[in-house]
Amino acid sequence: MLEPQPIAYDPDYEGPIVSVRGLRNSFGEQVVHEDLDLEVNRGEIIGVVGGSGTGKSVLMRSIIGLQSPDEGEINVFGEQILGKSDAKTIEIRKRWGVLFQGGALFSTLTVAENVMVPIREFYPDMDRDFRREVAKYKVCLSGLPADAAPKYPSELSGGMRKRAGIARALALDPELLFLDEPTAGLDPIGAAAFDNLIKELQQTLGLTVFLITHDLDTLHAICDRVAVLADRRVIAVGTIDELLALDHPWIQEYFNGPRGRMASAGNKGPA
Amino acid sequence: MSIPSDFVEETAEDGAIVLRFSGDLSIASIGDLPERLQDYFCEAKRLDISDTGYVDTVGAWLIHRTARDLDAEIVGADDEAQRLIAAVAGADQPTDIRPEPIHPVMRILGDIGEATTLAFTTLTGLIGFFGAIMTGLFRLIRHPSQIRWNAVIQRFDVVGVRSLGIIGLMSFLIGLVIAQQGAVQLRQFGAEVFTVNLVGRLTLRELGVLMTAIMVAGRSGSAFAAQLGTMKLTEEIDAMRTIGVSPVEALVLPRFIAAVFMLPLLGFYASVVAIIGGGILSWVELDIPPATFFSRIREVVPLTDVYVGLVKAPVFGAIIAITGCYQGMQVKGNAEDVGKRTTAAVVQAIFLVIVLDAFFAVFFTWIGWN
Repeated sequence: MLEPQPIAYDPDYEGPIVSVRGLRNSFGEQVVHEDLDLEVNRGEIIGVVGGSGTGKSVLMRSIIGLQSPDEGEINVFGEQILGKSDAKTIEIRKRWGVLFQGGALFSTLTVAENVMVPIREFYPDMDRDFRREVAKYKVCLSGLPADAAPKYPSELSGGMRKRAGIARALALDPELLFLDEPTAGLDPIGAAAFDNLIKELQQTLGLTVFLITHDLDTLHAICDRVAVLADRRVIAVGTIDELLALDHPWIQEYFNGPRGRMASAGNKGPA
Repeated sequence: MSIPSDFVEETAEDGAIVLRFSGDLSIASIGDLPERLQDYFCEAKRLDISDTGYVDTVGAWLIHRTARDLDAEIVGADDEAQRLIAAVAGADQPTDIRPEPIHPVMRILGDIGEATTLAFTTLTGLIGFFGAIMTGLFRLIRHPSQIRWNAVIQRFDVVGVRSLGIIGLMSFLIGLVIAQQGAVQLRQFGAEVFTVNLVGRLTLRELGVLMTAIMVAGRSGSAFAAQLGTMKLTEEIDAMRTIGVSPVEALVLPRFIAAVFMLPLLGFYASVVAIIGGGILSWVELDIPPATFFSRIREVVPLTDVYVGLVKAPVFGAIIAITGCYQGMQVKGNAEDVGKRTTAAVVQAIFLVIVLDAFFAVFFTWIGWN
């Protein structure tokens, strides 16, 4: 019998899934983050918003370890991850999935093979046929038609490519999902369908979702809380109603601008 | 640390066979359970998962699959497990991992057909593109004020001046090698002195221009394809057309003119540097002093050899510019295509240069320039 692989997780851990403290990021002279704090709770969908260039993607890249911050502390699942080698954080990496903006699928592999990459990498001993079955149901679970599995990314539309990206992000049954502008570049119908998919997956699989977006509809439709990035830090976190009660000019402009009001009205439905 | 998954066979009170699962049913704990279940034959009517711990979709899939294959009933699932099993059951659709494989014979036949059509479309495309360049050129000759001198001069600099270093180094080494190899062979007949003929005629007539063309194809032909291809991707070329600027006149012609004018100069320069390389080797190896070497060169190399090189060079330059710009303009879709087209531009340019060089060799012999 094969030894099961260890997962360094504490099932009784109840604290925040992600906790960022005193984060500082800079590129040369330009400081992107200064003294940034953020907490993500278990089972919530948190939306991260902010103007262009406020470092939303940089924040995500810092948490998933693609960017080394100058200072600060980042805990994921209660484990400090900064300054640790890849080998040490690998047990934590298994427990999150990432969807990049363009899907970032491997172009020489089919959709199903893309899903199999993380499984093969982390669980090389898994039975080959079983691994194939897992890849197939993950593709269907992500809302793709069954005949999309043997297709190459170049044969898919933008929306389908993002769904394939979700399937790969879900390959290892993560508890935490990072999404970078999941609805960017999709038409309104496709974007709404994608919002529903995220919500559905989050509820069925019990995921925690960290979502960067510019899409006001997404914020209204699926986010439990919204974190606002401005002035190099998170200036406010809360539900949209809580944020609206704040007197910050950018937040007011963002949610009460013409687009913000329309998204809000659209979500509440016709009176 | 997760608890490994396992199962035991039990007989229930009503006599039905029950598979009772234990441990966590997750991707990390599942180990070789799928294989063991696959190999385990039984007539189980029930799968009991009431003793299991953490369940994820991989575990849910395993239970669903086993229940499906044995036609058994799942009992003891808590809400979360039920939800996951329902979700994976909904995603259970027949599909493939890879597209249907094509029979090798059919694939080879298909590849041959594709390659043939591609060769013909590329050839006709190149001829059509050459036509477009020519019409553009004639229009500019009739309206010389519209020539973009800045762009042309800039291309002269990029294609010509900046390649002097690498072409000089390459030619110098080629001159050395020809002289050295020639000296070794000719010494066997006591005819080392003919090394001078070898170096002088070979470089001026053939190698100077040919090697320069290959270097320029690799250096500038690829750059033409990549630059125009990137501009095609970012829709700069479409924007130009919309504004009313002809991309052929604005982008292709300066590159074409630069390549046509620069190649003869670079080719002649390469020949001279190669002769200097051969001269230095002759001096060191064969004790032929430079003065004697160069006076011998003037005696043995007919002026027609210089003409042969100078006639071929602009044609090679034209071919490099046409293939590079043509492939660049053909880029569609994504960045990967830019890479493919750039490779195609260089391969086609070098191939066509060598084919034409062979035709030129026959032609010049025919008109008696040998």
